[in-house]
Amino acid sequence: MSSNVLRFTTAGNVDDGKSTLIGRLLVETQGAFEDQIEGAKRENERRGGKGIDFSLLTDGLRAEREQGITIDVAYRYFATPKRKFIIADAPGHEQYTRNLVTSASTSDLAVILIDARNGVVTQSRRHAFIAHLLGIRHFIVAINKMDLVDYRRERYEEIRNDFMNFIDRLGGAAIYCVPISALEGDLVTERSARMAWYTGPKLLELLESIEVDDQQHKLHFRFPVQLVSRPPASAEFPDFRGYMGRVASGSIRVGDHVVVLPSRARTTITGIVTQDGPLQEAFARQAVTLTLADDLDVGRGDMISCEPQPPQVRTEFEATLCWMSERKLHLNHRYVLRHTTKTVRAIINEIDYRLNVNTLERESPVTEFQTNDIGQVRIKTLQPVVCDPYSVNRQTGGFIIIDENDDTVAAGTITL
Amino acid sequence: MVVGIELERVWLAFTTMTHDWTHLRELESESIYILRETVAQFRNPVLLYSVGKDSSVLVHLARKAFYPGPLPFPLLHVDTGYKFKEMLEFRDRFTKQIGARLIVHRNEDSIAAGAHPLKLGVARCCGQLKTAALLHALDKYQFDAAIGGARREEERSRAKERVFSLRDAFGQWDPRRQRPELWSLYSGAIHEGETIRVFPLSNWTERDIWQYIVQENIPVVPLYYAQERLVVRRNGTLIPADDSMHLKDGEVPEKVWVRYRTLGCVPCTGAVESRATTLEEIAEETGVAKISERSTRIIDHGANTMEDKKREGYF
Repeated sequence: MSSNVLRFTTAGNVDDGKSTLIGRLLVETQGAFEDQIEGAKRENERRGGKGIDFSLLTDGLRAEREQGITIDVAYRYFATPKRKFIIADAPGHEQYTRNLVTSASTSDLAVILIDARNGVVTQSRRHAFIAHLLGIRHFIVAINKMDLVDYRRERYEEIRNDFMNFIDRLGGAAIYCVPISALEGDLVTERSARMAWYTGPKLLELLESIEVDDQQHKLHFRFPVQLVSRPPASAEFPDFRGYMGRVASGSIRVGDHVVVLPSRARTTITGIVTQDGPLQEAFARQAVTLTLADDLDVGRGDMISCEPQPPQVRTEFEATLCWMSERKLHLNHRYVLRHTTKTVRAIINEIDYRLNVNTLERESPVTEFQTNDIGQVRIKTLQPVVCDPYSVNRQTGGFIIIDENDDTVAAGTITL
Repeated sequence: MVVGIELERVWLAFTTMTHDWTHLRELESESIYILRETVAQFRNPVLLYSVGKDSSVLVHLARKAFYPGPLPFPLLHVDTGYKFKEMLEFRDRFTKQIGARLIVHRNEDSIAAGAHPLKLGVARCCGQLKTAALLHALDKYQFDAAIGGARREEERSRAKERVFSLRDAFGQWDPRRQRPELWSLYSGAIHEGETIRVFPLSNWTERDIWQYIVQENIPVVPLYYAQERLVVRRNGTLIPADDSMHLKDGEVPEKVWVRYRTLGCVPCTGAVESRATTLEEIAEETGVAKISERSTRIIDHGANTMEDKKREGYF
């Protein structure tokens, strides 16, 4: 969430040039090394190609080609003097839904690639929809392969308007469009004489400048407890008891009144401890240890929250669920649900509807989910879950479902 | 009134964040969170301490994560018998200084049988002295989670690695059984006999590592600093030549200004030509490095890829 790191996801069809785009970004920002580039060159020549095929730089495991890794999101890194970038790269093939859900869950921005020859197709809409569902509110629409439509401005504007009309229906998103040719290098990291009609920022400039970090800091204070710290007595800490965690949202100051959930015990923050010295204040995403004025029964899975506007404590809620496993969802089957640092027993007792990600229509009645199905369900938990709606807080509104084989079979966002 | 205070606070939070919250703080915070999740979710974790720069950063982060408490897990060094003597000296001094519990494990049978890369080939030598030794140590001490310093940026096959990476009862990595990882929810659910490799530095790059070492003034093995050293040139790699047992017939050592970008076993770790003698100079050199660091590791060359090694249980 910080302005110095941008986590973004890339999605696109199989042939719309996503690998080429990422490869070019890596090479032109020195996120790829010469020996890796040489390797990609050699591989391309072995396959009968010539020169460098940027896409081979991002070609991953042999296993993925042979048999397929379950979720094959690949993480790539590059940096410019302005920012560090973490790309969660989701493949364009048929297993797109669960991959895209996974990659979008950690991203603040999505780059949607559109082939200028084909314009906005079903898959483009599907990608934008799923990213939006996972809370992404910043989109860069990169209209690629402009070289194949003679760099025509009219074609770019036609596609841009088409996409804008669609995304308006989703609401609340900031959209940036840029015409590019990943293959020829136009408007990726370099300006383009062939598209002098385009005066906006090039793709890399957009990535460097779009601000995405406001959200988590402005929310109410939430601190899921990871561990209790009870070190052996020392001169400096004769009787230390602290609560380790990372601030999920908002900020906290020494002296603030807080409430511990689900017990609803009230107390005051007496210290914010780090090895680098005590702090007066801590912010979203900071890993700290808090000390409290009162000796309370607080443990892993509890949530320390600001006193006004605390999160909800629920044993029943509604959620949007993406089913990821090859084994289908069983209603009223006992699963394990993990949410923040809490693990509870849970059952999914009703499916309200399934979303058709192509038409965005709701299908019901439905009695089971299969791989890549997304829809609205009702969940009951044995112990209370301390949560916010995902649309308000991505850190305290998301959960995973684990089955008796210890596999993570689904991911969900709480709608309450 | 209340609204005024709230607004002021949001503004304060904002300005503080944008001034102090660097990408290194973000990475540090994420890694600390992962280390704490590991201790919370596993019965008997261990930190795989290779004495290299990534391990040094990892130990530094672990100390921060559990402050003011002690490290809640031991450090395990898999010693092949071919490690640089500077590494062993540093290891013993440093772990003593921070009061860490150090376990050194060696595959004594293979070492006694004279395992050497020039004799067995690199892949088999690694298999015996590193992979087998590591799996044996995990089993001997019944560790259920092994924390390592691997980074996704290091090598192509690591780009899809999970933060909590599942290994079966034979220590092997099965791509089909890796779990999806969403938000910051890492699942440590495992069956009896299975283990998890935890990679808290997943999102760090070599450049981040050096920048952080400079920022935090983290001690590292002197081999990372450039000085004149005896090396031989073999297939474009500069191999240390202090000990003639690692040389092939006809190879003539020469003195060159070099430093090491990664540290492994003496016969298989290549040096790079460099004049960087301070942390700042190293960080700067890394910022403009054009060759990936793993290119100096013989283990990654040849037909037996990193992916194969991972499948067999290599780190």
